[in-house]
Amino acid sequence: MSMVLPEPAERERLLADEIAGKFPDARGRFGPYGGRYVPETLIPALDRLEAGIRQHLHARDYQAQLNAELASWVGRPTALSFAPRLSAAWGARIWLKREDLAHTGAHKINNALGQALLAQRLGAKRIVAETGAGQHGVASAAACARLGLPCTVYMGAIDMERQAPNVGRMRLLGAKVVPVTGGDQTLRAAIDEALRDWVSDPSGTFYLLGSAVGPHPYPYLVRELQAIIGREARAQFLADQGALPDAVFACVGGGSNAIGMFHAFVPDRAVRIIGVEAGGRGTGLGENAASLSYGRPGVLQGCYSLLLQDEDGQIQETDSISAGLDYPGVGPEHALLLAAGRVQYESAGDDEALEALQECARLEGILPALETAHAFHGVRRWARANPGGRAILCLSGRGDKDMPTLQRTVLA
Amino acid sequence: MSGVNGTVGVTGASGAGTEQLPRERIAAAIRAPQVPGEPALVAFLTAGYPSAKRFREHLAAVAAASDVVEIGVPFTDPMADGVTIQRSSQEALKQGVSLRWILAELRAMQRPAAPLVLMSYLNPLLNHGYARLAADAAEAGVCGFIVPDLPYDEGEELRAALERTGVALVQMVTPVTTDARLAQVCAASQGFVYAVTMTGTTGRNVAVPESVVDYLVRVRRVAGHVPVCAGFGIRAREQVERLRGHVDGVVVGSALVEVLERGEDPTAWLRALRAHG
Repeated sequence: MSMVLPEPAERERLLADEIAGKFPDARGRFGPYGGRYVPETLIPALDRLEAGIRQHLHARDYQAQLNAELASWVGRPTALSFAPRLSAAWGARIWLKREDLAHTGAHKINNALGQALLAQRLGAKRIVAETGAGQHGVASAAACARLGLPCTVYMGAIDMERQAPNVGRMRLLGAKVVPVTGGDQTLRAAIDEALRDWVSDPSGTFYLLGSAVGPHPYPYLVRELQAIIGREARAQFLADQGALPDAVFACVGGGSNAIGMFHAFVPDRAVRIIGVEAGGRGTGLGENAASLSYGRPGVLQGCYSLLLQDEDGQIQETDSISAGLDYPGVGPEHALLLAAGRVQYESAGDDEALEALQECARLEGILPALETAHAFHGVRRWARANPGGRAILCLSGRGDKDMPTLQRTVLA
Repeated sequence: MSGVNGTVGVTGASGAGTEQLPRERIAAAIRAPQVPGEPALVAFLTAGYPSAKRFREHLAAVAAASDVVEIGVPFTDPMADGVTIQRSSQEALKQGVSLRWILAELRAMQRPAAPLVLMSYLNPLLNHGYARLAADAAEAGVCGFIVPDLPYDEGEELRAALERTGVALVQMVTPVTTDARLAQVCAASQGFVYAVTMTGTTGRNVAVPESVVDYLVRVRRVAGHVPVCAGFGIRAREQVERLRGHVDGVVVGSALVEVLERGEDPTAWLRALRAHG
């Protein structure tokens, strides 16, 4: 593995600071990670966003509006479902935090709605967003429709093909979907293009970033809006079981569902936290999208974190069957949680994810997203070593959008 | 640092017999442009585009008609650049161009008299290691760096490393930069202040309205002794004429890359941007 972990004393200090809520610090850093590496043109816009967050995010009227919309339009709290047949098959007791039941079918709506409400308060004239699997694009389109804001979504041409159903959904929801044919034609190229759009109109446009990546304050903002997942799950599990789980799991691409799931559990040191990245088809450079497992520190798209890059510092193309995990970087807070030794990051390959997806579908009557399927494989692996253990998995999204890929693979 | 000091690698008339630091060469070249009375020309080419084999030839041809040459280090994710430089970067990467390749080329070649500045996104520089970068750059005759994704606030570490060999870190300002910030950024900028003419990516044509001229005048006043060069969207003689007197220099990038791309003569094209009395 490429990253050298800090000394134990330093790790403990990082973890203590993380638990004490000291990150991001005044410079927008989570320990060494994070920051603001953007063109000068975007600095005033990021300053305004930061000030807007400080003014609104935890203010009573914003919170009241957000919570009302989360309850009546998104459908929160989402259920925590015990998975009896998967538990029997895999040997551990498994609960599923059902973000697939949230409106638009994934956790992405928590963030999209929260940011769209913020954008409205900040007087934004239009919203731009990027999307990989299409879930963030759909969530953004829906939130913008709900609030009457014009929305443009950038999506890599390759992703438009493999997630075709979501492209149609975005258009029906009134968004303009712009294909990105430059770069790697996936999520990373879509973010580059959204940033270019934002640079062209930093005052009137609000960039609704979908993952816990990018320049400060986005990793913080997205975490705050997604942390509801772990807060609900923790309370639901405690109410049901009278104890905390032994482990929690989430898949990690940019890392928004994972940071949302993990954040409430970070201080519970007895709870193991496991993030599962996309192992693609191998461990070599270019064969996977597992930046925490195989990456080195570097700067991409506004933030210092772990990256899949070659020896010249060029960003590596990634490979994963799942468009939502197909990203060569990862949110800075995950890099910190790795450095602090608090979260264990591992990977699941394409085939392992597809197998776990089918088991979940057959045994629980739930078709999870391909992204989430990676976390299912992580639970399956853990269950073998921890029979009888109790685990919660963040079921980050539903798999309907993946039908084109599933038709080509497991159904072929 | 393997015996490298700030003045090693200085070639050409402007450096001869002086103890000028690399970063001072940039400002001096802009202050005394080839064509008196016209803005200095800072000319950009993507290293190795359209051809890695002809890099030295293209560099010489561009340098012959410009005061400072900005050499683009290709990067996979040029988020501040428009379609032309995205295309040239991708193609250069395909031809194996990298920071190491550029430095090796510059070390090996007869370097032009015009000071050379590298334009690079941060990650290739970070990956090279700042201390090594400062030494290698000075040795290769590089006088400065422009790093579009390194705003002033995040630049301290790189600035400190480059300071050791006298290499400049050029900072950018934009029409939306606040007054308070403008003063800070200009004070930190070395070689020149890169005044971005518009909010947007490189390469789009800009009309240079009155508001842009006002902004440039404001930047120049704040920058004081540091020269100000305007860039992004400069493509034609009319724009250069319009900017004359309001800036110390203009940066031409995408349009020049397109000239090279079409196989036209870059020297002649650059000469036509300025009035030759």
